[in-house]
Amino acid sequence: MTQTSTVPHQWIADLLFKGLGELFQTASVIFFAPIFLGWVNLCRSCLQSRRPAGILQPYRDLLKLLRKEVVLATGASPLFRITPYIVFGSMGLAAALVPAVTTDLPFGPAADAIALVGIFSLARIFMALSAMDIGTPFGDMGARREMMIAFLAEPATMMVLFTASLISRSTSLSTIAETLGGRHFTLYPSLVFATTSFFLIILAENSRLPIDNPSTHLELTMIHEAMLLEYSGRHLALMEWGSSIKLLLYFSILISFFLPWGISHESSFGGLLSGFAFLVLKLFILGTLLAILESTLAKLRLFRAPEFLAAAYLLAVIAFLSHFILEV
Amino acid sequence: MLPAHDSPFGVEMVNLLGAFILLVAFAMLASRRTLSLIRLFAFQGFFLSMSIFLVAFLSGESNLYYSAFFTLVLKVILLPWILRDLSQRLKIGGDIETLVNVPVTMIIGIGVVVFSFSLAEPILKAASTVTRSLIGVGLACVLLSFLVMITRKKAMTQIIGFLSMENGLLFSATNATYGMPMVVELAIALDVLIGAIIFGIFFFQIRETFESLDLKYFEKLKEDEE
Repeated sequence: MTQTSTVPHQWIADLLFKGLGELFQTASVIFFAPIFLGWVNLCRSCLQSRRPAGILQPYRDLLKLLRKEVVLATGASPLFRITPYIVFGSMGLAAALVPAVTTDLPFGPAADAIALVGIFSLARIFMALSAMDIGTPFGDMGARREMMIAFLAEPATMMVLFTASLISRSTSLSTIAETLGGRHFTLYPSLVFATTSFFLIILAENSRLPIDNPSTHLELTMIHEAMLLEYSGRHLALMEWGSSIKLLLYFSILISFFLPWGISHESSFGGLLSGFAFLVLKLFILGTLLAILESTLAKLRLFRAPEFLAAAYLLAVIAFLSHFILEV
Repeated sequence: MLPAHDSPFGVEMVNLLGAFILLVAFAMLASRRTLSLIRLFAFQGFFLSMSIFLVAFLSGESNLYYSAFFTLVLKVILLPWILRDLSQRLKIGGDIETLVNVPVTMIIGIGVVVFSFSLAEPILKAASTVTRSLIGVGLACVLLSFLVMITRKKAMTQIIGFLSMENGLLFSATNATYGMPMVVELAIALDVLIGAIIFGIFFFQIRETFESLDLKYFEKLKEDEE
């Protein structure tokens, strides 16, 4: 009978440990995100022969913005004020769902890949609405452009997620990462295409270079920056932080689907630590790749963006089809 | 006949190369410049020759080694060189005018791929080669090359579409029946080479007569019906 008395303890301890794992993963994604952005910026400056501002620069920016007071435009509705919290909140929620460090996430079953796309859309819609709320032409223009890019990128994202789901027979992110990470090495043509397609989607969704220049302040061409023009102080800090988390999360999805080796499958201390180390290593490589790509590409004209995203969609569809033709 | 190798990794590699060939076919559909089209054609030839080489290794058919070699020499080195030389002499390296805009062409291309995959489904059951699942890919390449020919105006790009169609045919033949008889393959290779040279002469004639390589001027050759 002693066994039955230890079982609940075991169960509670297990849950506690899983909760800690979840907390560790969410916190590491949220607090690591600005460093990742700093690394990408550092690589870009080095490649463009500029003196880099240091890897911690995004943190300094965030701290400065958090200390400053908020200036609200006249006529700003409550929607404008709650949007930064909604954006940051949905990114934090997404950080709890994407298996970046470990796949053993208690929150995991709450939302699958399709719900995750929904969470990102929620943040985007509020961002667009708040940009239109003030009524400045630039915010309005940026919001419209963002929505255009989003509606073109979303079908491609769904097809990529479906391809990964077909192979692993589940739409749950943790299960996908576990199945793809646990298999012995096989070359899936569909995964090669899905990875390429998803990389194009990352560039488009996170306002990176061929679609939008993240460091531009030229009103006529900017998309993401135009939406944030009216924000200041802690609101701007939350928005910027949110978008850096989003960039990290997209890369985490890429990693957990297509490079899932090294992600921890259990919530042990060593597992979490090695999972984190692997994540940092992969992000280090991918961040360098992103910087090289961004330094070699020129920004596309806005009317070429549909072509870019049509290519992403096409790759995703080929991935989807080649799963049925070549792999079954 | 050499011994056949049964390796799942090899089959996966052939599948991957097949997928790359399909991808290049799509890239050709999307490309806007003659020179990049020629480069893509060379890439397609390279992937094709690699895949024939691998199929030869997997099936043990020694004929296919020759076929892979001819493909490499002819389609990766010789034909792109002739085409590039022609386009430089004709000064047509620049933009291609398309009849339908590029995103729409690509959507049509997806439809073509779905159609050819479903068309290949019954053929798969009849074939007995290790790489039979690629018949659909070969068919899709042929039809996509047709699409390249249909959606472009200039004679040069239509010829590249035609040559890439031959790539698709060779790919289908390799994967469906381990290639055509050697004599037939050699004859086709020679045909394509001679064809490319004759087309080159044609281009100069066409341009001399119409002062353009745009094929819509051929309409002038019709006699008035009134």
